[in-house]
Amino acid sequence: MALEMTTDTESAMNTMISARPAVSAEGETLKMRGRNVKVFYGDKQALHGVDLDIRKNQVTSLIGPSGCGKSTFLRCLNRMNDTIDICRVQGDILLDNDDVYDPHIDVVELRARVGMVFQKPNPFPKSIFENVAYGPRIHGLAQGKADLENIVASSLQRAGLFEEVKDRLDEPGTGLSGGQQQRLCIARAIAVSPEVILMDEPCSALDPIATARVEELMDELRQNYTIVIVTHSMQQAARVSQRTAFFHLGNLVEEGLTNDIFTNPNDQRTQDYITGRFG
Amino acid sequence: MFWTYAALLLLVFVTANVYGRFRAMQVAGNQLSALHSRPGYYGGYLAILAALPAFTLLIAWEIVEPRLLDTMVISAKAEIVAGLSKAELQAFLRDARAIAFGGIVAFSDAGKEQAAEVFSSLGQTSLFLKTTLILALVAGGMWYGNRTIAPAMRARHFVERTVMALLILCSAVAIFTTIGIVLSLVFESLMFFRQIPVLDFVLGTHWSPQSAFEGAGAEQGEANTEIFGAIPLLVGTMLITAIAILVAAPVGLLSAIYLSDYASTPVRAIAKPVLEILAGIPTVVYGFFAALTVAPFIRGWGESLGLSVSSESALAAGLVMGIMIIPFVSSLSDDVINAVPQSLRDGSAGLGATRSETIRRVVLPAALPGIVSALILAISRAIGETMIVVMAAGLAANMTVNPLEAVTTVTVQIVTLLVGDQEFDSAKTLAAFALGLLLFCITLALNIFALRVVKKYREQYD
Ligand SMILES: Nc1ncnc2c1ncn2[C@@H]1O[C@H](COP(=O)(O)OP(=O)(O)OP(=O)(O)O)[C@@H](O)[C@H]1O
Ligand SMILES: [Mg+2]
Repeated sequence: MALEMTTDTESAMNTMISARPAVSAEGETLKMRGRNVKVFYGDKQALHGVDLDIRKNQVTSLIGPSGCGKSTFLRCLNRMNDTIDICRVQGDILLDNDDVYDPHIDVVELRARVGMVFQKPNPFPKSIFENVAYGPRIHGLAQGKADLENIVASSLQRAGLFEEVKDRLDEPGTGLSGGQQQRLCIARAIAVSPEVILMDEPCSALDPIATARVEELMDELRQNYTIVIVTHSMQQAARVSQRTAFFHLGNLVEEGLTNDIFTNPNDQRTQDYITGRFG
Repeated sequence: MFWTYAALLLLVFVTANVYGRFRAMQVAGNQLSALHSRPGYYGGYLAILAALPAFTLLIAWEIVEPRLLDTMVISAKAEIVAGLSKAELQAFLRDARAIAFGGIVAFSDAGKEQAAEVFSSLGQTSLFLKTTLILALVAGGMWYGNRTIAPAMRARHFVERTVMALLILCSAVAIFTTIGIVLSLVFESLMFFRQIPVLDFVLGTHWSPQSAFEGAGAEQGEANTEIFGAIPLLVGTMLITAIAILVAAPVGLLSAIYLSDYASTPVRAIAKPVLEILAGIPTVVYGFFAALTVAPFIRGWGESLGLSVSSESALAAGLVMGIMIIPFVSSLSDDVINAVPQSLRDGSAGLGATRSETIRRVVLPAALPGIVSALILAISRAIGETMIVVMAAGLAANMTVNPLEAVTTVTVQIVTLLVGDQEFDSAKTLAAFALGLLLFCITLALNIFALRVVKKYREQYD
């Protein structure tokens, strides 16, 4: 994976970078900013220059028909695309004022700041405790055993799982139900105290009750974290997110307050998609 | 003769198949939807009914007939064969058969001529009977099948069940062969243990069966029970196996990790087959590589350090054996490491783990059961290996854990016990069976252990 930077984006970036956090027109802090993001898988272009801001302490949902590049954009935000050999990313992605794709940036640190929850719950084949302790261990976040236990307990608590599992922290995480597993994965992500949490269709493998639980959780987590979620469910986007971005064929068609997007979209394609005419 | 009949039955099978299809379409009035199964199954139904019973009979006949004929000839010509020893009787029957059915006759006499007459008349009756029965079975099967083919007939179920029965039969053959081999091992070993007490064998520390008939009791033809101690062989086997695993486990495992998680696709595409070629080299080649290259090298190296190294050493054999089993470890571990879902790797990377942390903390633990079974398979392979040890480690049953000395292993001793002329029931020959049983028990125990490990940790990811 190579980062290609043209001279004009470089100068654009220099003007953008300043000590103060960037703010939107309404005065909201912008946690992450994507500028002219283009992604290629080999010769195939999956994103055609996306400009998208992620606002702090809000839930932003990415919607759009299958294959339009939602996951691709999401994976750019914490460089998970690095694990795909043929993937190339152009353009700028800023976390606060740091360029995520700066060759000098430490991916390990970036991913500690921008955590990820995947579509299918993927607990490690370890105990529930070890699953949550994994991140703090590799980042050396805990001072001693007691501290680690605290971190694990509070992460599980914030993920709304503690009550259900507190008596069986030693049992394998894979033995939990699907919804519990997904909340375990959220707890695992929270345990490294990230600033942003990316969720790629986190509820698509869950039943309605577990989904409701995770949605509730997202609303609580919003107080402390910035959340970006990919979803195929309009209702879910409407329920949990403050802002919504609609993608189509690798382009960002429009982005705005969730309410506006769903009641009064600017673009015909958005209108068609949310009314179920395609996708 | 057998093959002619088999070919004819094959022809019957094919014809019945084609006809069955045709017949099914006919009874269904050419309406596919009227049939319970697709027409091919009716073909199979008819073919099985027509050919399978006849074929079973053919095989049964082939097995039973010679024995039956022999018994009948012997009882018909009891006065001629009376007083012949077992071997003579067999020669007699062989010659009589050859005269009757054609073949090479050692020498003939009147008695054999007479027996041959009986043979040929019985043979003709048998042939006639066999042909009639087979024809009847084919015709009956055809008739019955033809009559029963009807749209509602569940031909598919019949064919599937027959196929399943055949599959069961085949696995039964494999299983019973194994059981037979084990039983014969046990049986011969029991004969051995009748002469040599089990404890002397399993716990004895002295092995020199070549001198079996010397020392105390030699005059009575009794075996000296003190010289069949298997411990030195076990120690030698374990020493060499341990050295081999010390070489193969790290090298194999690390190269598997490299291949599965670090190597780019083209490198992997070349490196993996090349590594697997190692497994294709005949062990004899490894053997002389060990004996002619590695052993002298180790010896020279040891002497330059002032150590005494025998020209055949456990170290040389173990090292080369280790190289031999690298592909077992690497190839199997590579497969299990690859089988760890990508989602686990992503999950770990998403938390900020580096590639090596992910491998160490997530991938390897998840793949552990598979890796353990790969290692144990490699160990069983090393324990059973003979050639390299014969050539590089020597035949001397030293009881030592010094890798620089010559040692010997269970397999090598089995070979030396059975090479050359042997009396089949001497303790020396029977010792080979006991050693075989011992080896079998060890590998069996290892396999069971491996299975348990795998079962215990399996299903931890999905
Ligand atoms: N690893 C990959 N290799 C090659 N092409 C890829 C890869 N991942 C995604 N793509 C392509 O990039 C485009 C965008 O894919 P992406 O996964 O971002 O879609 P998506 O919007 O998340 O779809 P879905 O809603 O189905 O998850 C698709 O055309 C896809 O085929
Ligand atoms: Mg996706």
